[in-house]
Amino acid sequence: MSEFSIIGKPTAMVDAAEKTTGAGKYTDDLSLPNMLIGKILHSPYPHARITRMDASRAEKLDGVVAVVVGTDAPKPYGILPVGHDEHALALDKVRYVGDNVACVVAISEAIAERALELIDVQYEVLPAYFDPEESMKAQTDLIHDNKPGNLEKDYHHAFGDPDKGFAEAEHMVEARFIANEVTHAAMEPHCTLASFELDPHTGKLGRLTVWSSTQVPYYLQHKLSLVLEMPMSQIRVIKPLVGGGFGGKSEVIPLEIIAAVAARKAQAPVKITYTREEVFWAHRGRPRTIIDLKTGVKNDGRITSVKARVVQDGGAYCSYGVVTILYSGALLGALYDIPNIQYDGYRVLTNKPACGAMRGHGTVNVRFAFESQLDELAAKIGMDPAEIRQRNLLKPPCITVNGLRVQSYGLPECIEKTVERSGWKQRRGKLPKGRGLGIACSHYVSGAANSIIRSDMPHSTVNMKIDRDGGVVVYTGASEIGQGSDTMTAQVAAEVLGCSLARVRVIAADTDLTPIDIGSYSSRVTFMAGNATMRAAEDVKKRIAAAAATKMNCAAEDLAFRDDLVFRKGTAAPVVKKDQAEEMDVTQAGASVSGRVEGQILRGSLQQKRKEEGPKEWMTFEEAVVAAIDFHGALTGTGSYAPPPEARGGKHKGGGVGPSPAYSYSAQVAEVSVDEDTGEVTVHKVWAAHDCGRALNPVSVEGQIIGSVWMGMGQALTEEMVWKDGMLMNAGMLEYRSPSSVESPEVEPIIVESIDPEGPFGAKECSEGSLAATIPAIANAIYDAVGVRLHESPFTPERVLAALRAKRHSKALNLTEGVDPTSPTRFREHGGSLCFKGKGPERHALDPARREAPMSAGGAD
Amino acid sequence: MKKELVELKVNGRTHELAIEPSALLLDVLRQELGLTGSKRGCDESSCGACTVQVDGVAMMSCTLLAAGCQEQEITTIEGVGEHGSLAAIQKAYGDWGGAQCGFCTPGFIMTVKSLMAENPDPSEAEVRAALSSNLCRCTGYSQMYRAIRSAIRAEQLGASSAD
Repeated sequence: MSEFSIIGKPTAMVDAAEKTTGAGKYTDDLSLPNMLIGKILHSPYPHARITRMDASRAEKLDGVVAVVVGTDAPKPYGILPVGHDEHALALDKVRYVGDNVACVVAISEAIAERALELIDVQYEVLPAYFDPEESMKAQTDLIHDNKPGNLEKDYHHAFGDPDKGFAEAEHMVEARFIANEVTHAAMEPHCTLASFELDPHTGKLGRLTVWSSTQVPYYLQHKLSLVLEMPMSQIRVIKPLVGGGFGGKSEVIPLEIIAAVAARKAQAPVKITYTREEVFWAHRGRPRTIIDLKTGVKNDGRITSVKARVVQDGGAYCSYGVVTILYSGALLGALYDIPNIQYDGYRVLTNKPACGAMRGHGTVNVRFAFESQLDELAAKIGMDPAEIRQRNLLKPPCITVNGLRVQSYGLPECIEKTVERSGWKQRRGKLPKGRGLGIACSHYVSGAANSIIRSDMPHSTVNMKIDRDGGVVVYTGASEIGQGSDTMTAQVAAEVLGCSLARVRVIAADTDLTPIDIGSYSSRVTFMAGNATMRAAEDVKKRIAAAAATKMNCAAEDLAFRDDLVFRKGTAAPVVKKDQAEEMDVTQAGASVSGRVEGQILRGSLQQKRKEEGPKEWMTFEEAVVAAIDFHGALTGTGSYAPPPEARGGKHKGGGVGPSPAYSYSAQVAEVSVDEDTGEVTVHKVWAAHDCGRALNPVSVEGQIIGSVWMGMGQALTEEMVWKDGMLMNAGMLEYRSPSSVESPEVEPIIVESIDPEGPFGAKECSEGSLAATIPAIANAIYDAVGVRLHESPFTPERVLAALRAKRHSKALNLTEGVDPTSPTRFREHGGSLCFKGKGPERHALDPARREAPMSAGGAD
Repeated sequence: MKKELVELKVNGRTHELAIEPSALLLDVLRQELGLTGSKRGCDESSCGACTVQVDGVAMMSCTLLAAGCQEQEITTIEGVGEHGSLAAIQKAYGDWGGAQCGFCTPGFIMTVKSLMAENPDPSEAEVRAALSSNLCRCTGYSQMYRAIRSAIRAEQLGASSAD
């Protein structure tokens, strides 16, 4: 008999049928009587002052109920306490194309859209900044007046003695890497429905209920309270099904606040759903990152020192920016044993949509640079790239030089397995021309050890209720966003209580019903909400065990709970006769005949019968529950989780970001081929080994690993937000080039279980850690295939070709220079600058306007 | 725009509806008929979340005029279940992790149903080609292939046991 009866088995998600039948409700599927539709007017300019706004014509349009503007809710907010720089709607300035200016509330979407065109806004256009390095030089026309040099935040960390480390190094490589901007593009566009109740005592608008596609109901409740100036107790946030988040719904998105403000002004329920284009503008994705990285190693491959200077193009608002720039530095540690680290991070404001948290928050782009550079160093010293990684392993339990505590560490096994499964040793270097293998590793936190809102409250609390019906109801604030959070909760509860999964119902993410959980982000749910669920279940189980022990004449500690039975430990689990089994089996439809309908009576008489029999050898779960309820009434229990103080990191400034109670580990091998004529890269297969502590639900763990690798591959090959003068040039699913099934390689997930001492049943995260390794694994495989190192992602055919040409002719070809006749002399793919002061656009050789003399021949036309 | 009376046959039931001639099938299904299983992921036939079957052919309802679908059999995800229980493909999607957030799932299932009707035993390349009309951001598609394989096997077993 295996140690566990529920966990460790591939389990269909508890909400799978809702999803496959279309019966499940996402926010946009909800409607209320008298509901109005809101549409937002967005800024057409990247940086401008609003000099005049007149909405009177819009207000007069038949069917328009209200037009909401900035002054309707002027309080600033932001996800981080240090970054309250956003307003529901612009007060005086707009800071990116797509910034929120006004909102029309009308009886239909079509009328609201028509009304948007009737709002008269006058802008005074200001110089705008699109490139972070140029933005940092700004003296005037700052994006936010309180941020000189458009610098959101900079951090300068030195751990160990980086200079000494470089002095000891026998080989060094230094290079600049650029990872371009990507976004979540979750399939479900953001949506919020807000509705006020009338207060029976005052007769005015009272409590507010908000249904929203959010990963963080509690933070949303908190920010709504701030902006609407209402107590949190008067706000209820309900999270229906969420169609994917990846971090894009892990903070308060403008429409969530706007819908509530609009519902207040219109005095009716208001729903706002973003169009796909608006989702791209709302963004909050992974920033374009410039990484200047230097790494030193000894001849034996040991890393002596790392120096990274990271500049992130953060967009127009702070968002999670301060956290992102800190993660980029902090997660240089905890993967390998690096004795000396210097980190200089700059989070810069630009006139583009704000960047925020995205799967693998902060670590992905730096990991791309680091793992690519490590590969280069391995080549330099003639070492197998897998081996150089094995030479630099940590020796846990330990605390890294930057204060991160590492306990369980499955990286060695991840490398071993992925090398073995991919045939790395036999196949590498022996593949046909243009085909190659690359390896890379990554890791990620299992939840941040410090909450973004500093307080001593637990990060997760879970309540549990069991009543006479024997049903287990778990109340958790954890947010199911497709990752399997509800299923994990049900599994953990059922495993601890020894009952069947079908008994457990999970009520989640409703701030009126469920205790606070800080949300689904930083891969924290399994570790933290899982631990809280375990504790809640143990709390209830204690009371069931005490009652059962009395009936069974033994000590409570001697009881085992399993498969809906309670029996003495050490004895074999009782074999239940078929008719009894049917009576107990709540999953069986046929069971209703034998006692489901009249359960109470039957169970009561069964109990009476058993009472007469004297002390029992075993009891059913229901009997034990009823015995406990006879003592206590309905059973309730609470469990909570707060990360231990020793896992909360160093004392240095910014030391709060990066620490986690546990880290997941990943090692990957990618096999690619490169077409040297077209520059096209094809990924054939990725072997991904991931240390998730313990796989509570293997099918979900594999799904998360594959999904992460796939998203990493998207960023590596095709996905990129292309900007021109602050305008997003590819705001559509096809234009953004999210890979389809024909472009997606086979991914072989390999689960590694290191059994973490503090995780629930030893579990850690599995949803983000694998993403970061995929990009460098592909980059390194490209090098193996054709001998070029790509320093800028995504590795589009243009970039690959440019690198191949540079290798052949030892001269880089700038493909974009001077091609666009309207482009400034220094054309940048990511926007030049509107405050351009050069000698004017350089014309393309074939551009007719370039001809100097007036065209006599042309005059005849 | 003035509304017109149309008759739409959805999941075997006929509905008489007053709709604008410009109304899109997806909006009519979701707003007029309350069939919210078909999703809006974009507005331009690029994501496939709104896929339904019109006379057995997988079509994207976000760019289809509802008025043009009169006298045609429309099947949505709500019409896929068999006699009140999950169809093989729905069960398999749940068991094999084919659905994570589930937002794209109805569209995928409608596409797969069309594929399976046309080609009862597709190769992996054929499955990939058929699925390329739909986008998913969670799964990387891999677990969907396993689900589809398993559903095909279940259907084959079901068919042979029925003989």
